[in-house]
This record gives sequence, C-alpha cells and structure tokens, in this order.
Amino acid sequence: MMTDTDITSPVMDGMGPHGTKVGLLRVLGPAHVWALGVGIVLVGEYMGWNFAVGKGGAYAALIACWFAGILYTCVAMIDSEVTSTVAAAGGQYTQAKHIVGPLMAFNVGLYLVFAYTMLEAANAITAGYLFSVVATMTGHTGDLDQRPFIILVIMFLAWLNYRGVLATLTFNLVITAIAFVAILVLFLSTSGILGGGLMEHAALFEGHELPYGWIGVLAAMHFGLWYYLGIEGTTQAAEEVRSPARALPFGTLAGIMTLLIAATLTWYICSGVLPWEYLGDGVNGSVAPLFDTARLSGSNGLVWLLGFGTLFATLASANGCINDASRAWFAMGRDKYLPGWFGAVHPKYRTPYRSIVFLVPIALIFALGAPLDQVITFSILSGLLEYTFMPLNIIMFRKKWPLNSIKRGYEHPFHPLPALTLLTLCGITFFAVFLGYGTQLVAMIGFYIVVSLWFHFWRYRFVNRGTQFTMPWPKPQGY
Amino acid sequence: MDLWNWLEYLAWALSALFGLYMIMDWLKTDSSYSEDVLTSSREGELEAMTEEHKG
Repeated sequence: MMTDTDITSPVMDGMGPHGTKVGLLRVLGPAHVWALGVGIVLVGEYMGWNFAVGKGGAYAALIACWFAGILYTCVAMIDSEVTSTVAAAGGQYTQAKHIVGPLMAFNVGLYLVFAYTMLEAANAITAGYLFSVVATMTGHTGDLDQRPFIILVIMFLAWLNYRGVLATLTFNLVITAIAFVAILVLFLSTSGILGGGLMEHAALFEGHELPYGWIGVLAAMHFGLWYYLGIEGTTQAAEEVRSPARALPFGTLAGIMTLLIAATLTWYICSGVLPWEYLGDGVNGSVAPLFDTARLSGSNGLVWLLGFGTLFATLASANGCINDASRAWFAMGRDKYLPGWFGAVHPKYRTPYRSIVFLVPIALIFALGAPLDQVITFSILSGLLEYTFMPLNIIMFRKKWPLNSIKRGYEHPFHPLPALTLLTLCGITFFAVFLGYGTQLVAMIGFYIVVSLWFHFWRYRFVNRGTQFTMPWPKPQGY
Repeated sequence: MDLWNWLEYLAWALSALFGLYMIMDWLKTDSSYSEDVLTSSREGELEAMTEEHKG
C-alpha cells in the first residue's frame, strides 16, 4: 500500500493511495471541531431544555441536566477514542462499519442523517419564528410570512457548506463563540457578580421542589438530552481535520466541558428568575428562556445580546447539521451502501456537493410541512438509537483491537465503566421518551426494521465489500 | 407595504439565488469532470500514508 503512494504528486493533489484524485480537504483544526460540536448543541440551551422543568420542576431539570451530562461525557470520551482511530467521514457510521458490521453501519448511517436533517429543519422553523418575533417587536403589523425566512436559512447555509468546509466551520466558530459568551455575560450581570443580582431561587422553589415527585425527574430526562444533543457530531469532521489524532479528542472534550458549563449556568440563570410553571411551558410560556431572562433584567444591551445569541445558536446548529448529515450520506454513498453517485467530491470546493444538494429538499419538506415537536422528537429518537449503539461499539472495539494492538489518538479512562453507564442511561431515557412519545418511538423502530430488511435482502449486494475496510489494522482478535 | 414585506421578497429572492447557484454549479461540475474523478475519493487516506501498524 505504501509503494503506490506519492504525496508530492501534483496530479493527485497530495493524496495517493487507493487512487483518490479528488478528496475532502484537510484544513480544520481543534477549534473548528469544537465549533461543530458546540454549535449544533448550543441552541438547546437557548430553547427546548426548559420542557424538562415542565415535566418535573426546576430541581428535576437540574438532575436531568447532570445525568444527561454524564451520559454525554461518556459519549464524548468513547467518540474521541474511536474516531481518533477511525478518522474518516461518516463518523459513527464508519465506526460501525469497521467494528460491528454492515447492517449496524447502515442503520447508524440513517440515524445520523435523520437526526441531523430533522434538527436542521427544526432550527430553520425556529429561525423563521425568531424573524417573526423581531418583526412584531419592530412594529410590523399583521402576520409575517415565515416561509421565505425558513427557506433562506436552509438555502444560505447549504450554499455555504457547498462552497467549502473551512469557511463553513469558521463561520460556526464565530457565531457559536458569540452565543456562548452571551450566556456568560448574562450570568455575570444577573447573578450579582457584576452589579445587582436578580436571582430568587429560594422564593421561586419554595413548595415546588419536585412537583411531580421522582417520576417527574424520570420524565425530565427526555428533555435533559437537549442540553447536549449533537456533541457527537464532531466525529463527522474526521476526514477534514489536519490532525485527527489530536484535533478530534481535543475539540470534542473541550466541547463537552463547554456545554456542561453552559447548561448549568443556563439552568441557574433561568430557574432563578422565571417561575417554574412559566419556564416549563415552552409553547405558551417561555419559548426562549435565556432571552426572556434578559428581558426581565431591564437592560437593553442584554436583550440585544441574548436576541442575537438565540439567532446565532439556531443558525450554528442548522449549519453544523448540514455539514454532518451530508458527510454521513456521502460516506454511505462512497461505500455503495447508497448509490455511489452520492460519493462525489467537488473538484474545486472539495465538499460532498451532491449529498449537500440532495438533502436540501428533504430538510425543506420537514421544515415547511411538519410540526416542530414531531420533527424534534424524531431527531432525538434517532440520536438515542445512536447513543445505544456506542457502548456496544466501544466494547467490541476494545475486545477486537486491544489497547496495544493499534495506535489510538486518545484512550478513554475506566473502560468499561463509561460504556455501561451510557447503556444504563440510554435505557432510562428510552423509558422516559416512551412515557411521552410512545407511538413515535414504536413507529421509528418499525421504520428502521423495514429499512434494515430492505438493506439485508436487496441493497447489500451493491456494497463495495472489498474496499469498504480501509484502515490498515491487524486482524481482530479471535478471527 | 412596510420594511418587513420587502424583506419577505428579499428572502425569497436570495433563496432562489443560492438555490440557482448550487444547481448551476452542480450541473457545470458534473459535465466538466468525469464520474471517475468525481467519485474517486476513498476512505483512510491519511492513515495509509502516515501510519504503520503491526500486521
């Protein structure tokens, strides 16, 4: 394999092996990985997490915040180890392909594309809503037609993604950083650290510690995911970072740390200012709790900062989702799990352009035609199925390729404790989702069973079986 | 017609523009390069180049 490699070849653009003439561009650093992961998630701090308060009160939301934090810390550690070793586009799909098998890989690939495309649609709907709020606030009379703004968000971000990954994720870095700093500024100015404080935790919590008891805490777990949902998306950048072994673990772990801080601060700020009944009703009550807190602070500067923070977080999330969904779709096309046509790379922009364009109408259909809560539920369910796959994946990875058999960019500590913790927490969360959205859960699993049968009995014959395993690893133990 | 009505039209127009750009460029790219070149990307390039593993 090494002999036909010519990294200096002008024709092959520095990429020799296996005959790649046009490949994805390796230009990203750890900061871009951070921006991709945190960018997808941070919108969950600006809105959505507060449904957990409605399910079980403010304390339940905090317990859910920290339990989900443990779940996602396990996700981040496991992902960092596997992806820094299987450094290719497709993330968990590619991991599954190398470690578990084709049917698992096909399913995981679809989870990814669904989770991200649905989340992208949900973000576009949210952005449309934000534009209508701004319109009303600036004196527009009558209802604003949100559709052109929803479509514009998807089109603009798809265009950005089409034109190149460096600009796309640098844009994400800037707007994500602003959205995160906005949370910090809000915390500093409302908690009493700078100037007078607004916090009334004791008074607001009195008599409402756990309004629905411990079952409320369990139900809150469903929305506790919101604080971190999407951090696993960092893995999709694996083929575009300059140094996967360093940038992926660094970006992912810095990302989960950022989110743990942002989530806890968000809970502290909002639950100390807004009464739980209002905070917990994300439809008729507080749609954007951080923004609502800023409005109650009486400072115009904070209102503007958190207003932009909300919009930027929404855009960053949609942007990261387009990036990730298209990489997963592209990787599946490249291996012929889907038509090979999708495995094309743009010779100038070096992006998976056909996958990006193909997913645009799908996102538009869901953004314009489906209700927000349903779209988000399907996104969460696909994500949850993906997290359930991860512990099985890492256990098999460590078993087939023990620590000393291949070089890893990062080795996560305390194995198999994180894997078992993750599996247990996934089980609890499935139960919590079942309580609220049982029908959707069953429908979703039914869908994946049907497509699995299709893949097994029809599509698998087209898969590039000889070339799909590209990592130069030794034979797995026991084979 | 206030500002927001104009912004609605602007959003429609910009959306169409971004969409058209992608479709035009896509068609142009597909017709100027062979399918072999476009779909030549293979996984695991960096590993194959830089890493040596025990066989």
